[in-house]
Amino acid sequence: MSTTTTPTTTPVAPTLVDRAQYGLAAFLVVVGTYVGYDAWTLEAGFSDQPVQPYAIPYVVAAGLVVLGLLLAVATARGDRPEAEDGEDVDLSQGTDVRTVALLAGVLVANIALIDLLGWAITGALLFAGAAFALGSRTWVRDLAVGTALSVATWYGFYVGLGIPIPAGVLDGVL
Amino acid sequence: MDLLLDGFQTALTPGNLLFAAIGVLLGTAVGVLPGIGPAMTLALLLPVTYTVGADSAIIMFAGIYYGGMYGGSTTSILLNTPGESSSVITAIEGNKMAKAGRAAQALATAAIGSFVAGTIATVALWIVAPTVADLVVTLGSPSYFALMLLALFAVTAVLGASKLRGFIALFLGLTIGLVGTSTGQARLTFGNPLLADGIDIVVVAVAVFAIGEALWVAAHLRRKPLEIIPVGQPWMSREDWRRSWKPWLRGTAYGFPFGALPAGGAEIPTFLSYATEKKLSKHPEEFGHGAIEGVAGPEAANNASAAGTLVPLLALGLPTTATAAIMLVALQGYGFNTGPTLMDEHPDLVWALLASLLVANCLLLLINLPMAPIWARLLRIPRPYLYAGILFFASLGAYSVNFQAFDLALLLAIGLLGFAMRRFGIPVLPLIIGVILGPKLEEQLGTALKISQGDVSTLWSEPVAVAVYAVMALLLLAMAVAGLRGRDSGPAGPTDTRGSDERELVER
Repeated sequence: MSTTTTPTTTPVAPTLVDRAQYGLAAFLVVVGTYVGYDAWTLEAGFSDQPVQPYAIPYVVAAGLVVLGLLLAVATARGDRPEAEDGEDVDLSQGTDVRTVALLAGVLVANIALIDLLGWAITGALLFAGAAFALGSRTWVRDLAVGTALSVATWYGFYVGLGIPIPAGVLDGVL
Repeated sequence: MDLLLDGFQTALTPGNLLFAAIGVLLGTAVGVLPGIGPAMTLALLLPVTYTVGADSAIIMFAGIYYGGMYGGSTTSILLNTPGESSSVITAIEGNKMAKAGRAAQALATAAIGSFVAGTIATVALWIVAPTVADLVVTLGSPSYFALMLLALFAVTAVLGASKLRGFIALFLGLTIGLVGTSTGQARLTFGNPLLADGIDIVVVAVAVFAIGEALWVAAHLRRKPLEIIPVGQPWMSREDWRRSWKPWLRGTAYGFPFGALPAGGAEIPTFLSYATEKKLSKHPEEFGHGAIEGVAGPEAANNASAAGTLVPLLALGLPTTATAAIMLVALQGYGFNTGPTLMDEHPDLVWALLASLLVANCLLLLINLPMAPIWARLLRIPRPYLYAGILFFASLGAYSVNFQAFDLALLLAIGLLGFAMRRFGIPVLPLIIGVILGPKLEEQLGTALKISQGDVSTLWSEPVAVAVYAVMALLLLAMAVAGLRGRDSGPAGPTDTRGSDERELVER
């Protein structure tokens, strides 16, 4: 997703081209081509399958490629995306790449550690880390809130809902 | 009628009343909270459905659905930054009223109007949904296939500003829906056994709604706090009542039918209602400066259309809003056969839901009028905690599906896709509907062709199917004509003035 790191340009003259959209168009074409290739590797279905397993994938593949090309043409003609607005969204500034990268890093750390450490620990780190990335600087409080949340949700799921979330390294402690 | 009474019996048991109360409280809270809406909340709460009974979960979800509407209007009136496109109008007039010191009246007419509209629309739903289901149950696979195509097409092409981007979202969704071995052969699984059952819809929903949104907001977080207009107890004078009741009723009349159409959406009826009130008002000069009719009508239309969306959801199994899509996922999670047979196979559940809508509506009026100042305080929640919390619960929700770290990786990947979609203005709704309906579409096509023994002409062998295709052709034609006319008037540059945007939407 290299396309996501390009800063959002503020609305200016309509002749300006949003180059990042070419990246999205290329992404669509690549995905479409792969879906088509994947469909091509499928064998004919059973005799009771009137719709071949590759039929719909071919349609989807063709659709993705055509849409990618259309988007490229539209982009070249000066089509600009209307980025999503929201209560807390301030589109007058560019994309804050650092915050997004930090948040993604926190999520990746959670993925890497959750099997080893278990949700009760990684969840707390996830919350505190995300709060830090978003600009909170009250370390102790963030960790305390995160720990309270993760331990409470672990017990809530385990006891309240009967969903046994693996405890990881804390197995036997919790 | 007996079914309805049974439904009330289920909905009014203490346990289910509690779930309804939790639902409306949560729904109002998330409706008020910026950056988090009912669809995201339902997605985050899907794990709860694994253990809570179907009726309780659905009743809670209905409470969240209705509650989100009430809460959303509070935010748009007090902040002037609409969370959803359906509350754009409320933000225009409501915020002007609030700035003029009439926040209490704006909140009151929104809440009471939502109650009136919600109640009328719920009663209409009791009548319409079973009738539609009875009709559709007699249809064959070809007609049902056509209806599904229409829903996909309408959600993609009719709603939203850019058709091209709508279709991009739809096809990305269909691609995600292809993953798995449902046809006996592995499609798009990259040889990974964890993908054999497909990508869990819970993971997709949580990723695009919660992760994508949180990352997007994080990238553009407002650094200076928003100006929140302080508010006291909502109340209305006799004059406000006199000016509000007709817009409420007219808004309801617009909202319900539009919501009930397989195209759905609350945008169009709210704009229509606004335009109507402006035309009929005795105080047209007040519009744009805080006219109470401009809050009352659109808010009623918004709520009535929310109830209307439950018609295609319950009677056809076709979701037309993001929230309805997640409710469908929840129903499917319980193993229910969503579609026209749902009301026959599980009348107790459906009627408990229908009855609980009325209960939720009454609860909402009770908690919203006296508690508005408390809700307004939620707007001051520290943003790092709000969005860290969203990421926290999103990860928890995705992890609790299978306890696989792999699901969390998928969550991040699809979340980044959701982020990119927001960056490029690609709507999320067609994607999620594509993921849900794509596999069902393939299945329905298979059923139809199996019955006809592979004869493709069976697809247009039923009158209803032909009629549906004709409607789609007409829509396409209308779009083509509109596109040509738009091109004649010169290249459409970015027109950022709200006035012209609004006119375009009204005329569409």
